[in-house]
Amino acid sequence: MSTNQSRRDFFKTTAAAGGGLVLGFSWFSSEAFQPQVVGTAAADAIDFNAYLAISPSGTVTIFSPNPEIGQGIKTAFPIIVAEELDADWEKVKVEQSPLDTKKFERQLTGGSGAIRHSWERLRKAGATARALLIEAAAQQWGVPASECNAQKGMVVHSSGKKLSYGDLAVAASKLPVPKEVKLKATSSFSLIGSRVKGVDNKDILTGKNLFGIDYKRPGMLHAQVQRPPAFGLKLKSFDATEAKKMPGIVNVVSFGNKVAIVGKTNWEVMQARKAVKIEWEKEKDLESSADHDRLFKEMLNGTNVTVQRKDGDVEAAFKNAHKVIEAEYQCPFLPHSPMEPMNFFAHFKGDSIELAGPSQTPEAAQKQIAKMLNIAPEKVTLELTRMGGGFGRRLNTDYAVEAAELSSIIKAPVKVTWTREDDMTGGIYRPAVRYRFKASIDKAGNMTGFMLHGAGMNAGNSTRQDNFPAGAVDNLLIQSSDHKSPITTGPWRAPITNFLAYAEQAFLDEVAAAAGKDPVQFRLELLDKAEKSPVGKITYETKRFREVIKLAAEKSGWGKKKKGISQGFSVYFSHASYVAQVAEMTMAKGKPVLKKVYAAVDCGIVINESSAKNQIYGAIVDGIGHAMYGNLTFKDGAPQQENFNKYRLIRYNEVPDIEAHFVNNGIEPTGLGEPALPPTGGALANAIFKTTGKRLYNQPFADQDGPLG
Amino acid sequence: MALFQLKINGKNYPVDVDANTPLLWVLRDHLDLVGTKYGCGMAMCGACTVHVNGDATRSCVLPISAVSAANITTIEGLSEKGTHPVQEAWDEVDVPQCGYCQAGQIMTASALLSKNPNPSDKDIEEAMVGNICRCGTYHRIHDAVKVAATKMKK
Repeated sequence: MSTNQSRRDFFKTTAAAGGGLVLGFSWFSSEAFQPQVVGTAAADAIDFNAYLAISPSGTVTIFSPNPEIGQGIKTAFPIIVAEELDADWEKVKVEQSPLDTKKFERQLTGGSGAIRHSWERLRKAGATARALLIEAAAQQWGVPASECNAQKGMVVHSSGKKLSYGDLAVAASKLPVPKEVKLKATSSFSLIGSRVKGVDNKDILTGKNLFGIDYKRPGMLHAQVQRPPAFGLKLKSFDATEAKKMPGIVNVVSFGNKVAIVGKTNWEVMQARKAVKIEWEKEKDLESSADHDRLFKEMLNGTNVTVQRKDGDVEAAFKNAHKVIEAEYQCPFLPHSPMEPMNFFAHFKGDSIELAGPSQTPEAAQKQIAKMLNIAPEKVTLELTRMGGGFGRRLNTDYAVEAAELSSIIKAPVKVTWTREDDMTGGIYRPAVRYRFKASIDKAGNMTGFMLHGAGMNAGNSTRQDNFPAGAVDNLLIQSSDHKSPITTGPWRAPITNFLAYAEQAFLDEVAAAAGKDPVQFRLELLDKAEKSPVGKITYETKRFREVIKLAAEKSGWGKKKKGISQGFSVYFSHASYVAQVAEMTMAKGKPVLKKVYAAVDCGIVINESSAKNQIYGAIVDGIGHAMYGNLTFKDGAPQQENFNKYRLIRYNEVPDIEAHFVNNGIEPTGLGEPALPPTGGALANAIFKTTGKRLYNQPFADQDGPLG
Repeated sequence: MALFQLKINGKNYPVDVDANTPLLWVLRDHLDLVGTKYGCGMAMCGACTVHVNGDATRSCVLPISAVSAANITTIEGLSEKGTHPVQEAWDEVDVPQCGYCQAGQIMTASALLSKNPNPSDKDIEEAMVGNICRCGTYHRIHDAVKVAATKMKK
């Protein structure tokens, strides 16, 4: 846990081992940046924060603290530092920092928040180092610093003299750190916003051991864990007599409601696992999908509701309406299905434990493991590996805690690896949700009332009560109900909004149609209303909302006739960014085919053009795939899909063309890991309606009767 | 247990394992060749793709006894320094997001191009459809295969 002292903004210069400039800075402090010199001791001071090191050879090393999950953070953070440093990007070396709660804050991956949170801090870190290097050169040349500039890892004097950062590192490390530094004008960025390849590309493409599942230590054992096969069951008894005799098997132990099979290799463990005889018994209700369908209806018609937001009088609006539109939308549970299944390494050593693996929330894992083992958090060390995806699954620490517990029982270094079946049936899903919408319009086609009731399965508040169209409607009621299910749930990329956005954007299309208005015009009118006479609290910026809508309409030629093409529109504000999409469909051989998706994105300043586009394309593909195919069903508490033979993920041949455009407004970056996903299902559903006349109310689309096969 | 003499990436590897052990787990747990990835264990996702006598093959369902006489190539052996045209194309196009599936994608694409140096879009689709990328990098995979094909002609 960070203390006040360690959270204080911090800057340190020191001669590193081998001689060189090592700058420590806080990436994440919420307080103002106040650099200070703390001497030239080795880098072991307790509140010595993150580092940027420059070696005499000229190599700039940037330690990236946040876990890399494929969102490109390990490349993006260093880009920001290197931009303000004017480093030669070709000479920048990036290293993943292990968990260090004393140096870093918010060392996690989630909420599309890393860049937003650290933008200014990273810039100041680079700019401060740059100022020191310039000062060191100026002193060496005996000229004013104002006559010097920096470019590509060199300080250059107006006379043409040059010194490299490597040459200056030692001298710079002895200078007092400036109290204030000038940041670049955003218009002068050259590295930020350019196309930069991923820093781990080479290792990925040559098969290096980057991922948790690849992690190995001498003497390490492999384990798999048999967890209850249905939600609501608990362990009654087990017999491992046969399994223990099998080749390569070291131990079979039980903890919690699980049985762990420990051995020398994964394959041997898998074989022995089949030989363990386990009896389970019922502990809680064993729910089936049919039960969920019934529970949704009971919740939506029941009185056990929590009012999340209420503006005006929605009942009066419905009573006085020219037209009332009602609809319900439903989505199933979804597993996250990262390509790398859950896994974690743990080595319990009595009064300490060493861990390594893929985690979006290493600090939470550290705390929970410390508590479970009754040791101090600093005795729990955690090395962060690259993650083979996560999509929110690795925000939950269950699999790391489980590995730690197993190691503490068997007192040996062990890696627990989940099979795909374990991963798909082991829980923590996107919750199933059903929404009821109701809206009223007056004779002029204005939306006078809007009601949303969300009913979720372990979803908590399944609404986002302050999201659009809240603020744009005089009479509004947002409420939620929730069922406490034994089926475990958690965040899934763009939590709640990954489905809410589709339902809401499809429903708004229905309202626009009832009002006889163009869907784009209808949304723009609502934003006008929110801007000119806002109702209650507004969390979105109408101007940014409007700009992405207009950009998507412009780029897609919205409203212009295209032969054989129907368009569906959707726009959503999520996390802190705005994304509008237009989906284009055509009929081919009697079936609607998605041809193209246009995306207009306002995520503020783009850090890395390549990975930003990769995120947008990927989020759209993700959104299409799960809207079309994703479906996890239950029978008596047991998931009915256990692997990719029954659970369908979108494939190469199923993606449309995509075109992504950015709003260039110079606003500080607002995040991009999630925001392009939520609008996708809505654009797709609205295009399907335009193409087929059929409105799809339930996901997945491909499972429904009708033209989609 | 039985002794197998495997030929992987041009080297000989003796391994003493159960004859049913899939090649994937021999590579990963016995030989420390972890570039070949486990994804599903039932040949549905393609993460475990290697070359067996030049053919793209799912190693997760391939018993070691079936490949004892074969020439096996893994991602680690596709090129000595990561300079195979497909690897270079994957880097230039900046394909990866999380990167986990990409070794399998590259092994599938390189097998395709070795047999069909001038693949049509349909050919590429037929080859790549068996490899899942959960991050959704399919557009870049397409572009990278095209770039690699151009490189291989030079």
